[in-house]
Amino acid sequence: MNGILDFVAGLGRAVLDMVRMAGKVALFGAVALSHVVRPPFYWRTLWGSLVEIGYFSLPVVALTALFSGGVIALQSYTGFAQYHAQNAIAGIVILAVTRELGPVLAGLMVAGRVGAAMSAEIGTMRVTDQIDALTTLSTNPMKYLVTPRLVAGTLALPFLVLVADILGVLGGFTVCVMKLDFSASAYIAATIASLKVMDVTVGLVKAAIFGFLITLMGCYHGYHSRGGAEGVGAATTAAVVAASILLLTFDYLLTDVFFSQ
Amino acid sequence: MTEPTPKIRIRGLKKAFGPKVVLDGVDLDVMGGTSFVVIGGSGTGKSVLLRCILGLITPDAGSIEIDGVDVTTLTPRQREPYMARIGMLFQNGALFDSLSVWENVTFGLTAAARMGHGPRLTRAQSRARAGELLEQVGMDPAVGALSPSELSGGMQKRVGLARAIAARPEILFFDEPTTGLDPIMGAVIDGLIADCVRKLGSTAIAITHDMASAQRIGDRVGMLYEGRLIWQGAPDTLFDSGNPVVDQFTHGRREGPIKVDVRT
Ligand SMILES: Nc1ncnc2c1ncn2[C@@H]1O[C@H](COP(=O)(O)OP(=O)(O)O)[C@@H](O)[C@H]1O
Ligand SMILES: [Mg+2]
Repeated sequence: MNGILDFVAGLGRAVLDMVRMAGKVALFGAVALSHVVRPPFYWRTLWGSLVEIGYFSLPVVALTALFSGGVIALQSYTGFAQYHAQNAIAGIVILAVTRELGPVLAGLMVAGRVGAAMSAEIGTMRVTDQIDALTTLSTNPMKYLVTPRLVAGTLALPFLVLVADILGVLGGFTVCVMKLDFSASAYIAATIASLKVMDVTVGLVKAAIFGFLITLMGCYHGYHSRGGAEGVGAATTAAVVAASILLLTFDYLLTDVFFSQ
Repeated sequence: MTEPTPKIRIRGLKKAFGPKVVLDGVDLDVMGGTSFVVIGGSGTGKSVLLRCILGLITPDAGSIEIDGVDVTTLTPRQREPYMARIGMLFQNGALFDSLSVWENVTFGLTAAARMGHGPRLTRAQSRARAGELLEQVGMDPAVGALSPSELSGGMQKRVGLARAIAARPEILFFDEPTTGLDPIMGAVIDGLIADCVRKLGSTAIAITHDMASAQRIGDRVGMLYEGRLIWQGAPDTLFDSGNPVVDQFTHGRREGPIKVDVRT
């Protein structure tokens, strides 16, 4: 009996902690966003983050997309060949890539790369008093450190996802044409026929939201880290885990909103 | 004739973190143009005291007056002009490691210009200004091109000092400026601090647990113990203060009223 009560009490505490945390994160994000419209603006930091997220993530995102597109083509072929449904493969690839694989895989890759780096950088600034030093030098640390990164994440992820969409389709195309001996022109025609502007657009909207969530997690956990190098390490892990879970949760919610009618 | 208003006046300042009481009613007056040194053991709340004055930590109770205005009652925006008058040298320098040394030194000037206070300098002008400031703290202006991680601890402290004095603040805080330095470098930094404070005519609060340092920098010394300033006096009375707690601390005795819990 006592064991059950303890378990329920523990569960209740965990839920309360999560709600409290969600509130803190939401407030943090809201404060950071409120600085978007209030000068001064830190264009140099914004540009640096854009390059860091949008440009330096290109190789990982490109490789992931290329192989995932190829895998989808291969799996669909082995799964559906018996039904003589080869013509459907191009359609399956573009649907999977634009709707889900592009945004989710690019998002997860960026969460690992950028979310971790961001929380480590800001976390180090926190534990070495650099964030406090900003305040004493007439600089609002939210405005200087957090806002440009959130904006950069929100802008850079759609771009990465667009690249992932194109390379995912290219991956499927390569497998089908080189390995399975499909006709290249027929594949391209089938791809164009199945391409839906709505799918791509929703994928890019998802990407923007993912980009915001990833950078929000990186900044939030870094900003609130404490306890030296160990604390920064913990913050980095927390940022990546939280970003990945949030990303998949929001992916489901957004899919429900956009595609379930 | 009335007493002149102290530059900084603190009354009944309290701060606890959870159950842990750190500051328990600190009273402190620092007159304009003088230097006050706070001594005290590790973890007694010396840094917390400075952070409260800077507005980095919100105290639980008490008042902090700067030029007679209680800044704890102000909104963050109203508080900004008061904070802009304070320069701070952090315990470990806290230099921005993503920026070069000269960008660190002029960071506050650039920030102030961005907010519309003070002139907007071109990059070349900023850089020249950084060179002058580095020379003031006894460094070669060429160091400005380096990254903070390329500097030794003593050099980082000097760059931190140059950054703190760049905006010619009326008030300067130094958090353990000589901790971690060899005695000679410590004396050099103390000399620079005393020099800068005198040249700017600033009011200063310095934290240290180095008695030699306290005597070199301070016009007055106070000891923080169990959340209060339990003793204040002239620096030359440090070693015969007549207060058993201060005596034990300044002479570094193991036996005495201060119970050192070696397990924490
Ligand atoms: N932000 C904080 N949260 C919780 N505890 C803190 C915080 N800042 C300081 N403390 C605690 O307050 C005490 C005093 O710290 P501090 O002022 O840094 O000591 P010192 O006198 O060595 O500078 C320490 O025990 C420290 O753990
Ligand atoms: Mg300290």
